[in-house]
Amino acid sequence: MLFLNHVYLLPIVPAVGAAVMFFFGRRLRKIAIDTVCIGVIVVAFLFACVTVAEYSSFAHGTGQAFEKIVYTWLGSGDAQLASAMNGGAHQTFNADAGFLLDPLSCVWLLFVTGVGLLIHIYSTGYMAHEGGYYRFFGYMNLFMFFMLTLILANNYMMMFVGWEGVGLSSYLLIGFYFHRHSASSAANKAFIVNRIGDVGFVLGALTLFYYLGSFRFTDINALARSGRFSIGDPVLSAAALLLFVGACGKSAQLPLYVWLPDAMEGPTPVSALIHAATMVTAGVYMVARSNAIFVLAPGAMKTVAIVGALTAIFAASMALVQNDIKRVLAYSTISQLGYMFLALGVGAFAAGVFHVFTHAFFKALLFLGSGSIIQAMSGEQDMRNMGGLKDKIPTTHWTMFVGTLAIAGIFPFAGFFSKDAILWQTWTSEGGAYRILWFVGYATAMMTAFYMFRLMYLTFYSRVRMSPAIRDKVHGLSKSMTAPLVILALCSLGAGWLSWPQSLGGSARFEHFVEPVFAHEAVVLEHAGKSGQVSAGEKEAQHTDKAEYLLMILSLAAGAAGWGVAHNAYRNAGKDYAEPIAQKLPRLYGLLYNKWFVDETYDYVFTGRRKLGNVTLGALGVGEAASWFDTKIVDSAINDVGWVTRAASTLSAWFDRWIVDGLAVRGIAYLTLPFAYVARLFEWGLVQWYALIMVAGLIGFGVYYVWK
Amino acid sequence: MQSHVLSIILFTPLIGAILLLFVPKEKISTIRWMANIFAFVGFLISLPLAPMFWWQRFDPGFKFLEGTPNNWIPSIGAGYNLGIDGISFLLIMLTTLLGWISILSSWTAIEHRVKEYYVWFLVLQTGMLGVFMALDFFLFFVFWEAMLVPMYLLIGIWGGPRKLYAAIKFFLYTLLGSVLMLLGILFLYFHHHTVSNVFTFSIPELYKTAPMIPFDTAIWLFGAFFIGFAIKVPMFPFHTWLPDAHVEAPTAASVILAGVMLKMGTYGFIRFSLPFFPSVVTHPKVQGWAMGLSIVGIIYGALVSLVQKDMKKLVAYSSVSHLGFCTLGIFALNSSGLTGSVLQQINHGISTGALFLIVGILYERRHTREIAEFGGISTVMPVYSTIAMIMFLSSMGLPLLNGFVGEITILQGAFAANWRWAAWAAPGVVLAAAYLLWLYQRVFFGTVSNPANEKLQDLTPRESFMFVPLIVLALWIGIYPKPFFQILEKPVNDLVQGIRDHSGESAAAVNRAPRPSQVSVGDPRAISAGVMKAGD
Repeated sequence: MLFLNHVYLLPIVPAVGAAVMFFFGRRLRKIAIDTVCIGVIVVAFLFACVTVAEYSSFAHGTGQAFEKIVYTWLGSGDAQLASAMNGGAHQTFNADAGFLLDPLSCVWLLFVTGVGLLIHIYSTGYMAHEGGYYRFFGYMNLFMFFMLTLILANNYMMMFVGWEGVGLSSYLLIGFYFHRHSASSAANKAFIVNRIGDVGFVLGALTLFYYLGSFRFTDINALARSGRFSIGDPVLSAAALLLFVGACGKSAQLPLYVWLPDAMEGPTPVSALIHAATMVTAGVYMVARSNAIFVLAPGAMKTVAIVGALTAIFAASMALVQNDIKRVLAYSTISQLGYMFLALGVGAFAAGVFHVFTHAFFKALLFLGSGSIIQAMSGEQDMRNMGGLKDKIPTTHWTMFVGTLAIAGIFPFAGFFSKDAILWQTWTSEGGAYRILWFVGYATAMMTAFYMFRLMYLTFYSRVRMSPAIRDKVHGLSKSMTAPLVILALCSLGAGWLSWPQSLGGSARFEHFVEPVFAHEAVVLEHAGKSGQVSAGEKEAQHTDKAEYLLMILSLAAGAAGWGVAHNAYRNAGKDYAEPIAQKLPRLYGLLYNKWFVDETYDYVFTGRRKLGNVTLGALGVGEAASWFDTKIVDSAINDVGWVTRAASTLSAWFDRWIVDGLAVRGIAYLTLPFAYVARLFEWGLVQWYALIMVAGLIGFGVYYVWK
Repeated sequence: MQSHVLSIILFTPLIGAILLLFVPKEKISTIRWMANIFAFVGFLISLPLAPMFWWQRFDPGFKFLEGTPNNWIPSIGAGYNLGIDGISFLLIMLTTLLGWISILSSWTAIEHRVKEYYVWFLVLQTGMLGVFMALDFFLFFVFWEAMLVPMYLLIGIWGGPRKLYAAIKFFLYTLLGSVLMLLGILFLYFHHHTVSNVFTFSIPELYKTAPMIPFDTAIWLFGAFFIGFAIKVPMFPFHTWLPDAHVEAPTAASVILAGVMLKMGTYGFIRFSLPFFPSVVTHPKVQGWAMGLSIVGIIYGALVSLVQKDMKKLVAYSSVSHLGFCTLGIFALNSSGLTGSVLQQINHGISTGALFLIVGILYERRHTREIAEFGGISTVMPVYSTIAMIMFLSSMGLPLLNGFVGEITILQGAFAANWRWAAWAAPGVVLAAAYLLWLYQRVFFGTVSNPANEKLQDLTPRESFMFVPLIVLALWIGIYPKPFFQILEKPVNDLVQGIRDHSGESAAAVNRAPRPSQVSVGDPRAISAGVMKAGD
């Protein structure tokens, strides 16, 4: 239990690598960087394996959660004082630096460290000649730190650390080529759109805290499962919807998916690790973690299912016509994430999680394969300039072929099992309306097969369309790049077998492993009149009927159909090959090619980066209006007060000068003037004259008295 | 036993200022060294306060008391009476730290009238510390006004092109608020006399009598104090002096202005408005208006930030937004809100202080702050860019850095008071990411397009050193904020309890019980009341 008890060290391991790169990376040589950064991921992977093994013996298949609280992170940690300070209120604001292990986190732990390790190894080859090599690996290690924190968190706040942290790493890695304006813009877009989701996450978590008094998953689950809350509880529904907004941001669902295609500006291993296999599944992880809340909120569940299905088909439609190889895969990722949410939304949690698991392998494989192609082609990403690469880079070819079979859902590759489980459980969901969702999913499967085989044909099989200069430079790849491809290809084949359905004579081991996490929810759904889609294994046993076989065959047919159409259209694609959609439905093609003009609309309406005529809308427009208001109204009012004060003081200065001092003081003075003139007659300073008057006076008095 | 710890911390900068007066003004190097030494000593001397405070963090009331009420001018009841609690303790530590850092940052930035600059800066430092320490309203007001003059001069003499306009605006605007506050203080002073027959400015004494003022009078008094503090914070719509003052002020003055002086307003709310007028602040309408103005400040400040063309103005408006969070926490009137608010005040001092330093460093090299003048700076100044990134992230509230801890605690408090307030304030964090990241992109990313930027020097050791304590603190508060929560626990606790006791029923409503106006279908409060009784 040594490792299990110290599971908090697991995220720290890659953080050490990141710290070393941060402080010393600039001065290290490539071999030292490789040793440190690959070394910490190897350690993390082994750590994860041992921890999961220890956990299994700890839980004995009961799915009991293992919790390890290291310290109180938010809040004073003094429950007594804290509750007094709320005057006995039920909430003491409190979130721990705590870690939790249950089957769900075990699944994520294993594939994140495993796939992460392979992609790190691949990167040593792929990034070998890039500037800022240490920076790249520092960021990758940093990402692993945050991703492991997200997975291991025991409460929503701690999860949010990882949640925002992976967003930060994603931002740094998308903007890795920061000299390119498009790269830094894409990085900003990713972070800001994710932040919108994060507001939903935070508000959802705060709602849960307010309502249930804790951020901890175990507390929340216990309360939610206690039966005190009725199904459809409005507060829990609101919380579930808010959390789902967060998931939409992180996992690129409608309407917040727009950042993911742009995120392809980052180096290809980043796209493989962060934007395909691991980070973008965080939303699925969070919703699956919150399953106890979601099952009490059927409205939210329906929303999740509908958004998932719509995203799946919407993204797939855009993938049909893209020419940039990475963009096809980006839209494909969004589409596959949609599948996962469809699964969660119909209550098939285990199936959704299983699809995350298989998708991690084949999508990482496809991205790394596309990276190999791009590198072999000296940086070319446009499939119109590729073709005929089959024999030049054979390993990449056959591994990608495996990946394509997997994602197209061809038996017995991994995608067949997970996608089939989702479609089947959607089909069996209560109510005929879910059949529509099934159909959307089914159509998406067909489209998936088409665009993936289109990708394969345009790159590997069709005629050579590149310029001779590039054709001569096409080269094979180093072992560090091909080895991960091979391993991932094997996983893309074998991962599905972990959940070999019982209807085909398997034992659905994967489902049984994660089942305890969702077991209670199966009961809730059962009571709610649903047919208990949650525990797939259980249900498979009850419903091994012909419908399931029929749907399997239909799925296979969909894959085959997509393959066939692509085969016909692109088998011999020469320099001026024609897109079948462009020929038959040019308008639709324009719409798809321009990605339904969603980016443009957002730029007009929400960001204000595009102007409607002269009018700027969106945040920038409002910001400009606010800025105008601030200077012209608010500040102007202050200046006006100043002006009025000055006017008043000018006026009173005038009053003081002309009225108080002028009229009153000096006026009175002038009034005395006439008297003064008279008085002056007697006062003109000639002493002799005074003497004369004195004498005259004396004479006068004398005459008077004598006369009298 | 009287301890003189606070006086020593308070007057160390002033002693430095007085000693500086004796140095001939031509000896610039001596003056610089002396000023820096005194600022550093001022910081060092405040450090022992931390362990001393820590041991008594859960004790009630003010600590390190010094002087007695009415001992200064007994005839009018003014006293040299100092004392601190957890709230003022944190703000004092912030002040001594930022004071030292900003004096250090002025080393090469100030080239004329060096002596006067440092003298005024040190005087300012004492004034600010006094505001946080005073337990006597008379003394408080002396420091409050005394601190205005040095800042006025710092902006007016060492400022930018429109320095006089900005300095006078700053001074007069703040003075207007002070006058209103003075009237309020005098009313409380005479009211205390009416009730107890004693003339005193002692704040702890006034705590006892002020809440007795009937609501109809108290609301006017509250208004007088509110305007005074709201100007200082500044809250919307009293904020327009701030961008002007910041744009014109020298870097160090901006750091202090944003880092410390804005906190005087929030400190005033917490220290005076809340405990003096519990019946007013808990009145739903008053609380609603205060919260509303805070939310407007958060969103509006962020939106205006988004479109600024001058880096410093952008950071200034972001302060309006961040301080909106601080007042949001205060008027949530519960412990989470208040704790978060004080934490966020510290955080804002750290992050925005650093942002102003960051802008100042570019300004010193290029003598412009126009965003359009820059681009690709991360190529020529990698260390600087890394530090800037960390501080930007801290300012936008990324978890594991300080800003997040404050914001989430405030949001939780606001949510507990009324979920709508939290919901309206939360989009502010999206805008914060938008204006900061966009600024970062335009200044640091891309290629160096302006030839003037090609040979910019990366940070000197002195400049890098300034950021070390700020980054350490940002990480500390982000990763292990528990000590800060514990320091704030007791004073915030008592404050909330006091409000609740004095305002009776209405205060109980603040936190939990459903207010008639608020209960609606689907209100979590209404439903949770029953649930949680069982849950606990």
